[in-house]
Amino acid sequence: MQISYLVIALLLLTGVSYFWGRRRAVSLAKGEHLVVLHSLPSFHGAYVALWCGLPALLLVALWMILEPQIVEAVVINQLPADRAILAISDPNVFKLLLTDIRNLASGNIVSQTIDPALQAAANSYMRYEAISQQALFLVALSMAIVMGSFARTRLSQRFRARNRVEKIARWAMMTASLIAILTTVGIVLSLIFETIRFFDKVPFDEFLFGLKWSPQMAMREDQVGSSGAFGAIPLFAGTFLITLIAMVVAVPIGLFSAIYMSEYAGPTMRSVVKPALEILAGVPTVVYGFFAALTVAPFFRGAGESLGLDVSSESALAAGVVMGIMIIPFISSLSDDVMNAVPQSLRDGSYALGATQSETIKQVILPAALPGIVGAVLLAVSRAIGETMIVVMAAGLAANLTANPLEAVTTVTVQIATLLVGDQEFDSAKTLAAFALGLVLFVITLCLNMVALRVVRKYREKYD
Amino acid sequence: MSERTKQRYAAERRFRLYGLAAIGAAVLVLATLVTSIGIVGMPAFFQTYIKLDVTVDAADVESGRFRQLTFDAVYAFHPEVTDRREKKRLRGIVSSGADREIRLAVADDPSLIGTTFPIWVRSSDDIDIFIKGQVSRDLPQEDRRVKDNEIAWVDGLVEQGRVETRFNFSFFSTGDSREPEQAGIWGAVVGSFFTLCVALAVSFPLGVLAAIYLEEYAPQNRWTDLIEVNINNLAAVPSIVFGLLGLAMFLNFFGMPRSAPVVGGMVLALMTLPTIIIATRAALKAVPPSIREAALGIGASELQVVTHHVVPLAMPGILTGTIIGMAQALGETAPLLMIGMVAFIVDIPQGIFDPSTVLPVQIYIWADSPERAFVAKTSAAILVLLTFLVCMNAIAVMLRKRFERRW
Repeated sequence: MQISYLVIALLLLTGVSYFWGRRRAVSLAKGEHLVVLHSLPSFHGAYVALWCGLPALLLVALWMILEPQIVEAVVINQLPADRAILAISDPNVFKLLLTDIRNLASGNIVSQTIDPALQAAANSYMRYEAISQQALFLVALSMAIVMGSFARTRLSQRFRARNRVEKIARWAMMTASLIAILTTVGIVLSLIFETIRFFDKVPFDEFLFGLKWSPQMAMREDQVGSSGAFGAIPLFAGTFLITLIAMVVAVPIGLFSAIYMSEYAGPTMRSVVKPALEILAGVPTVVYGFFAALTVAPFFRGAGESLGLDVSSESALAAGVVMGIMIIPFISSLSDDVMNAVPQSLRDGSYALGATQSETIKQVILPAALPGIVGAVLLAVSRAIGETMIVVMAAGLAANLTANPLEAVTTVTVQIATLLVGDQEFDSAKTLAAFALGLVLFVITLCLNMVALRVVRKYREKYD
Repeated sequence: MSERTKQRYAAERRFRLYGLAAIGAAVLVLATLVTSIGIVGMPAFFQTYIKLDVTVDAADVESGRFRQLTFDAVYAFHPEVTDRREKKRLRGIVSSGADREIRLAVADDPSLIGTTFPIWVRSSDDIDIFIKGQVSRDLPQEDRRVKDNEIAWVDGLVEQGRVETRFNFSFFSTGDSREPEQAGIWGAVVGSFFTLCVALAVSFPLGVLAAIYLEEYAPQNRWTDLIEVNINNLAAVPSIVFGLLGLAMFLNFFGMPRSAPVVGGMVLALMTLPTIIIATRAALKAVPPSIREAALGIGASELQVVTHHVVPLAMPGILTGTIIGMAQALGETAPLLMIGMVAFIVDIPQGIFDPSTVLPVQIYIWADSPERAFVAKTSAAILVLLTFLVCMNAIAVMLRKRFERRW
């Protein structure tokens, strides 16, 4: 990649200009003690380096975003008039044409017959690309040098290099902290736009209250089930069922191990069990998914057979149980923290009244820690709802509306993943449905998190 | 002791037992997970090889007839097999990539041309599984992929000393393949490496800068509250939603390349950003204010206080948080499925713009493959992934233990 050489060259130049500015600052002191300078020489160096590197790097970034579009527009405009108009009026034709020109330029296979006009376009595309790259090199490097030299001429004994550098650093930090907000905005925008397009094709109430989900769109009009059905209730029900199973597994085990760890266990036991739970928390979800499909699902199937029950090989039970296992460390570590935060004086008071340890836990510590535990469970629920890989690998694909944990159900995340994996054209209701589901998922988990965080925070303030 | 006290003590013991049982269950599950995957995965680190006697002429090299040469060498074991179907079965004993191994051997040592020489090539996946004893001979013939006559052939080869099981080095040096015996994880490991590099390059500077701003500079107002709430919420957004963001924003809006580590790295960077910010803020908070005051007192500027004193002191904590964030990113699968890193890619990626896949996605792809030999490959890949994760976490723990300071 040519651009990376340019970036490396610019970074080197920036490094050099730091020492260049520094040396100049030292020479400005004219052999006297450096105290005659307003700022330390390193600040002068940093000032020159920033002027040298920042504008040029920004230019490269901007160029990389804008350049393809400009070159494309120019190339399309040079095509014979009839094709250019066709291309501009229809975005799909435009895209196809561009891909063909690009493929022709790089010597790949092309979808249409190569005619002279297309060949000419490809040639000029390559030419413009080359010109633009050379121009970028020239402009960026000379910009770096000119800006750096200019900044260097501004240095003087009284020059306030420190103030300026600190201001730039502060701005950089502020921008970095805005990324969190930008990410949220980006998520919301990308989900909402596609969701609006989805509701153009599928009515809102059908999606939220429909009982049938079969997103396969037919290729031809006369095919069976040609319209597809986008009722999301079976998905919500499936998600709810699997989450419920996961909670039934995770809450008692997580809570009891937290109780034991914080109230009974000695330091040796803690030093063994805590890392074990941490390992359990660090196992990637794809591993849990494989574990569910390889070990747990066949186990349940076999156990069901020996009891005379018909257990599906993609049963909600297997996916839910494994998801519960994944969540155990999450609940146990959060509740452990909460119970440790309960002041010792409450325990001492209870013991003084003659309560046993378990009575103290049940009647004093748990009630005191309850808000925190509820918060932990809510966070765990939100995690279970959003978990993808376990259910993709262990739960089913068909949307059954059932409450029987032995049957296969599907979840919101499974559908998002299956709808969007592989190449998709971006205007069918099928792909857009994934974004609508994503929005539902985002909103639900966001609400759960907000509530949970608020509950936890409120509780913490009580004992601080 | 009164009856009631006895009851209360019994309740106490019961309660304690519940706790122990819960912990036991968690540890038991962990042990089951690791051992079941370990047992299934271990055989994949070994591969069965079969010794062929190949005759290579100059004319064969010229016309590239290595495939036919391989077949001839296998047919030579049992010249009596003439039926076309049976011959196909017979040559199915060795891997379909065997001709490549012969070609490479000849290219390596041209003096072999014109001679008959012995060479060890991979067996096919079915034979490999059979040799490792994972297919029972007692099953009725219809229920196993290795039929009776194949078993007879293989037994004959074993008697002649032509079958050997060796450590499967190429599992660590090749890319993906449709044939289980040729598939390796190196492509996915390199893809993971590039993806993590991008993720680290984006999230570490951004996360640390943001945390420094929020902890050291920002005034306490609505705006910073909003940022803080945002960070906490982002930490709990399901990972698949970040995949949707990557698909809609990076791929469709900015037109970045599909399946490329650069996009995967950026998505994972956004995902790990909250982890890094939260860990960095905690580390900065732990540096006592007296250090800042002392530095300010002898005339350091705000920036100097931060870069010369606070950040160096907080560095172990920051690095620990970063490594934990990277370990999370290394194990993440779902968002990468959305941006097309789930493609079947044979070549080893050369840079961050090449299409590639990552270890967890490779595990997912193999877990979905119907060939039975991929079950072992999947487990082996999981073992490799877990090894990486354990190493990263061990480094994080070591950093914390070694450099953590309490004031």
